[in-house]
Amino acid sequence: MQGIGGVAAEMLTRCGIGRLLLYDYDKVGMTKTDAAVQTLSDINPDVVLESYTLNITTVHGFETFISSLKNKSFHPTEEGSGVDLVLSCVDNYEARMAVNQACNELNQTWMESDAVSGHRRLLIPGETACFACAPPLVVASGVDERTLKRRGFVQHLCLPQCTKYTEALAQFGHVSPYLQGCNSLKDYFPTMEMRPNPQCSHAVCLERQKEYLLAKPARDAAAKTKMEAESFLATGIPLHADNEWNIRRVTAADTTTTTIDDLEELTKQLDALNA
Amino acid sequence: MEGWDPNTKSTLTQIPLLATKAGPRDGATWTQRLKEEYKALIAYTQMNKSNDNDWFRISAANPEGTRWTGKCWYVHNLLKYEFDLQFDIPVTYPSTAPEIELPQLDGKTQKMYRGGKICLTVHFKPLWAKNCPRFGIAHALCLGLAPWLAAEIPILVDSGMIKHKDDATSSTDS
Repeated sequence: MQGIGGVAAEMLTRCGIGRLLLYDYDKVGMTKTDAAVQTLSDINPDVVLESYTLNITTVHGFETFISSLKNKSFHPTEEGSGVDLVLSCVDNYEARMAVNQACNELNQTWMESDAVSGHRRLLIPGETACFACAPPLVVASGVDERTLKRRGFVQHLCLPQCTKYTEALAQFGHVSPYLQGCNSLKDYFPTMEMRPNPQCSHAVCLERQKEYLLAKPARDAAAKTKMEAESFLATGIPLHADNEWNIRRVTAADTTTTTIDDLEELTKQLDALNA
Repeated sequence: MEGWDPNTKSTLTQIPLLATKAGPRDGATWTQRLKEEYKALIAYTQMNKSNDNDWFRISAANPEGTRWTGKCWYVHNLLKYEFDLQFDIPVTYPSTAPEIELPQLDGKTQKMYRGGKICLTVHFKPLWAKNCPRFGIAHALCLGLAPWLAAEIPILVDSGMIKHKDDATSSTDS
């Protein structure tokens, strides 16, 4: 709820988004998310605002994060998780990895932005690279992302993309998958696509990639049908909508091993050394 | 491993490496990982004791092993300074290293984030990422906390930010 997140939340509220969930673990007197809810509800009282104060990188916080995203009470009949888009506006690698993990598990499209490199990207589990598919430059080069100074610019890029994406649900505009940055001297916005890494270290990402590939025939058929529909519509011939099926690989159940005794013994051994 | 202290390097190579890549939500494989964590911690503690360099105590604060607490200490100018330590295992462990916290020093040094999380050198994260999942809690202590104490405590003491307790723990062994 700071440089990128605060501004994004405000702009989305002003645009009249239906529901906004805000997550931050920090306080400014009161919790940051409660403060944000107060300010934002003054701006636009029609937006449903939910405030969560938690650290999503802990196991407990993460579980709360996931279940809040799954909550479909706002639009019970919609497919997918309870939200249309997750916007990650965090400033550290650990939190991004946690969001990545959650979105991979929920098959949730999300957007990630980073003020160090000035980039913004769209992540669709299985279709585009997930955050773990390619290690970020920050970790590889050892730059401490918290020392960055130029933070202000990225929210201006992130927000229009996010708005376009929500409109893209209504098929408006084109959201580029990876906006690398902005060369303002030349008015040049380099963009690119990032495919998933078939050797990604996240097992869930690999699952999503398989699902995406398996669903390809259905997607191609759907695209073809859509093209045919557009040409047939004028003549009023009825069409059959393709059924898209989701083939899922059933993961093998974890073999349970009798580890309790071993673990207890090891705990006792460590405690003995601690004494 | 350029940029590391030679003592840190040689100590690190003697701590057993871990094999299982599992996070705290992975059920039975997490239990396997926990066992390996314990083995590495036991080995590291035993090594420290035999090298007369016993500098921490640590134990799991819950049966799932997702929260750990303990103490660490550092000797400066013949005085022993002791601090509580704690951390949670992050949900994306072991890809992400645990963020070790020394809550008593919160706000006393620039090399610390809010809540007492120690700020590690630029070398730590790339090394952790490269060696995932072989590094565990013991390695995080050796590579993260130990150098941090060595760098920060002398400055904190000499500048007067922390004072030695009168009921000194230096005369007793733990």
